[in-house]
Amino acid sequence: MMEVLFYIAAFIALAATVLALTRSNAAHALIFLIVSLLAVAVIFFLLGAPFAAALEIVIYAGAIMVLFVFVIMMLNLGEAGEQREKQWLQPRSWLLPALLALILLVEMVTILATIDTQTSGIGVSPKEVGLQLFGPYVLAVEIASMLLLAALVGAYHLGRGFIDRSKGKR
Amino acid sequence: MAGLQIPLDHVLLLATLLFACGLAGLMSRRNIIFMLLSLEVMLNAAALAFVAAGAHWGQADGQVIFMLILAVAAAEVSVGLGLVLQVQRRLKSLDMDGADRMRG
Repeated sequence: MMEVLFYIAAFIALAATVLALTRSNAAHALIFLIVSLLAVAVIFFLLGAPFAAALEIVIYAGAIMVLFVFVIMMLNLGEAGEQREKQWLQPRSWLLPALLALILLVEMVTILATIDTQTSGIGVSPKEVGLQLFGPYVLAVEIASMLLLAALVGAYHLGRGFIDRSKGKR
Repeated sequence: MAGLQIPLDHVLLLATLLFACGLAGLMSRRNIIFMLLSLEVMLNAAALAFVAAGAHWGQADGQVIFMLILAVAAAEVSVGLGLVLQVQRRLKSLDMDGADRMRG
């Protein structure tokens, strides 16, 4: 049962990744990549790592992909962009990703329906992860926070000129 | 190991295939947005391998490393997308072959 669900999710992840990286349109590629990340989240759930699955959806499919969407939208200003928006609303471009995501949803519901009481005993719980994270790995957490601070400063520096220009200051 | 009825080999194979897809995309595409997406795919494949190994041995370390990979991915994307905006402004295109010269 679990194996079958895993193989379906694995196939969806691979197919969505290949489709994402062979698109010519960046927005279509993003939709397929989000489906691929959702499939990987289902695999995490099947592996007994529900916390990692939640983080995969919240941070990867949520925050990071939204950043990509913002940048693509910023680069597509003007009338050509409007034409393209109309083209994006065609069902042809979102039907296949929607279908793949629907399969993943069915899988998720199946998992939740079949293993109702066992989940807490299976795999690695978030509590253990937290104890490890702030126990032996506390130095790595500090280094990650410094990395994120450096990335924040770097992104601000790179984006500052762009923001000034779009306001018409220079 | 109650959580893992799925063979570890197959998960690692999936991670390898995803990583190979990302690497092929990174080498074949010249659009900088697709190159960044390929990097994301590769990081995600590495994270999948870590979580699978952590689940196989029932240890939390795999998920801890997964979170660190998440932080690295977020940092990389924020700086990378800043660079995308700069490249678009200076070269008027997203083709990275236009940026093959450094101003010495």
